[in-house]
Amino acid sequence: MAEKLLEINHVSKEFRIGGMLSRKKILATDDVSLSIDAGKPVILSIVGESGCGKSTLCKMILRLYVADKGKITLLGHDYADKKSYDPHQFRLDVQPIFQNPFETFSMRKTVDTYLYNTALRLGICKTRAEADKLIDETLHNVGMSLQVVKGKYMTQFSGGELQRISIARALLTRPKLIIADEPVAAIDASMKMNIVNLFKDLKEQYQVSFIYITHDLSTAYYVSDYIATLYRGGLIEYGPAKELMDEPAHPYTELLMSAVPRVGDKWKENTAMPDMENKEFALTCCKFAPRCPYATDECRKDRPAETDLGNERMVRCFHPLVKKT
Amino acid sequence: MLKIDHLSASYKTIDGNIHVVKDCNFEIRDNEIFGIAGESGCGKSTLLKTLYDIIEFPLEIDEGKVILSGTKNGQDFRFESGEIRKSWWNQISYVPQAAQSVLNPIVRLKDQFLDSIPKESKEETPQQTLARVAKYMEGLNLSPDVLDAYPFQLSGGMRQRAVIALATFMSPNVVLADEPTTALDVVVQRGILMMLMDLQKQFKNTLVIVSHDMGVHYQITDRMGIMYSGSFVELGPTEDIFEDPIHPYTKMLIGALPRVGDKSQKVGIPGRPPALKNPPPGCRFAARCPKATDKCRQDPAPEFREIRPGRFAACHYLEPEVN
Repeated sequence: MAEKLLEINHVSKEFRIGGMLSRKKILATDDVSLSIDAGKPVILSIVGESGCGKSTLCKMILRLYVADKGKITLLGHDYADKKSYDPHQFRLDVQPIFQNPFETFSMRKTVDTYLYNTALRLGICKTRAEADKLIDETLHNVGMSLQVVKGKYMTQFSGGELQRISIARALLTRPKLIIADEPVAAIDASMKMNIVNLFKDLKEQYQVSFIYITHDLSTAYYVSDYIATLYRGGLIEYGPAKELMDEPAHPYTELLMSAVPRVGDKWKENTAMPDMENKEFALTCCKFAPRCPYATDECRKDRPAETDLGNERMVRCFHPLVKKT
Repeated sequence: MLKIDHLSASYKTIDGNIHVVKDCNFEIRDNEIFGIAGESGCGKSTLLKTLYDIIEFPLEIDEGKVILSGTKNGQDFRFESGEIRKSWWNQISYVPQAAQSVLNPIVRLKDQFLDSIPKESKEETPQQTLARVAKYMEGLNLSPDVLDAYPFQLSGGMRQRAVIALATFMSPNVVLADEPTTALDVVVQRGILMMLMDLQKQFKNTLVIVSHDMGVHYQITDRMGIMYSGSFVELGPTEDIFEDPIHPYTKMLIGALPRVGDKSQKVGIPGRPPALKNPPPGCRFAARCPKATDKCRQDPAPEFREIRPGRFAACHYLEPEVN
């Protein structure tokens, strides 16, 4: 078996909300297993509705949350194993890009401070002159230059430009994995594609894998190699982007695909759209069963196991819409 | 019908005026869904505010006016900018941006409904008004139990539906919706857009939707206008615009849309929209336009005119086609 860059093994995370009396538990991430191979860079998209655990999963990969159950391994180092954890190396290997570029940077600091801090404090560059060279080179790769960025404040840039700077900052450490949490959600349509194309180019140029979290299925289709669909914390479908989206195997993926406002394909009128319910988090059977048009008694009783559909595809459903090949 | 007559509006600031809406001249017809698309900061929301006549300092109308006219219950009406306030709820209503957050979280929905809905007759008790509301909500597939809930107990989509129900309860002739589905999931978004479409079919009124999502416009609007930096660059039937855009900006924008089922290489538009404080003379898209010439950069902004029947655009290099 090939060496894994990132391996997520049956990971769960539970949050307790409410006060003493009205205490509730929410299983934000429920038994998720995913992996990314080392050696071959990929873009893995995680899609799903808000509240499905996309960001929680992300934060666990970034070590901002500790998983309750299961284990996450990065290049053979288990997250729970304190001895093999090297914070410095970890920061060089994994870098985040956040959602809203206007909130990523402080109003009071010049934007280049962030770039210099990353370059100098993580010890990538010894001197300021060295840092200048590295930063300028990296900024050129995202279509900007140090001359333009130097000494300017956040308000002097547009959202697209700021997002490019965040990407450049993440790239300074030559990471192996970049976690991009909704990186284009706050960017205008005319500039969105420039950023998304950048991911594709950088993947090849820097040999870096991306975990791209989004609810925008059309950019996910465009950019990603693999797609994982989350629903209520659980991973319900995984597979190569094109096959998964052209022929969804899970009824929820199908519902999601039919709800995207596409250009060139008008909605058929009045398909029933059941609303989401909070109690679905607590279900022990298939969590999608209450909304699923194909649900049977079996679905309402047991939790489906992961079914391998062949061709790198996986689905958690008793009645997958695609037969095993 | 809403007629926008050479409307310009600006925000007054100490540093000078910011011209957010510049010389908009078009009509929104009766019984249609009209979409307004554009990037953030292009003046979509400000235009909608002037249509609804929420003109408060620092926003001011510099030139032109909005005329709202039509027939309701057999009576003709006509309001101009400055008087449109009188027609609120009855002839025109507004669903503001982030409508999920406009409700007071600690007041029950029914009390908030009673605040805005006038009595049918003097003798009507609040219970009777609420019964009317409950009946109306049932027609929209919304459980009347929602009325007894506090807004914080409802999901974002549910609140959005309740706000739309409130805005359309008096069956106004024009409903303005500012980004009605932003911040909602695709599945919920679809439910809400379907609800808006059904309402429009039922009342045969005018629905104006502002959204930055071109997919939303394609799905539900009949006609749409595309704004760039304060003014319209193209306006026409939605399907025609998507099939055959004529303005260079629209062409590039539609070419850049990612589509499911299409992995071919797409490129975005380089550059950024001009600052609205000191906009460049001439066409405001000139700096990003591949076809721009000195004429575009120096001559006054191109006129917004009918290029083909029913299709308007503002570009020096588009000549009206004579049939």
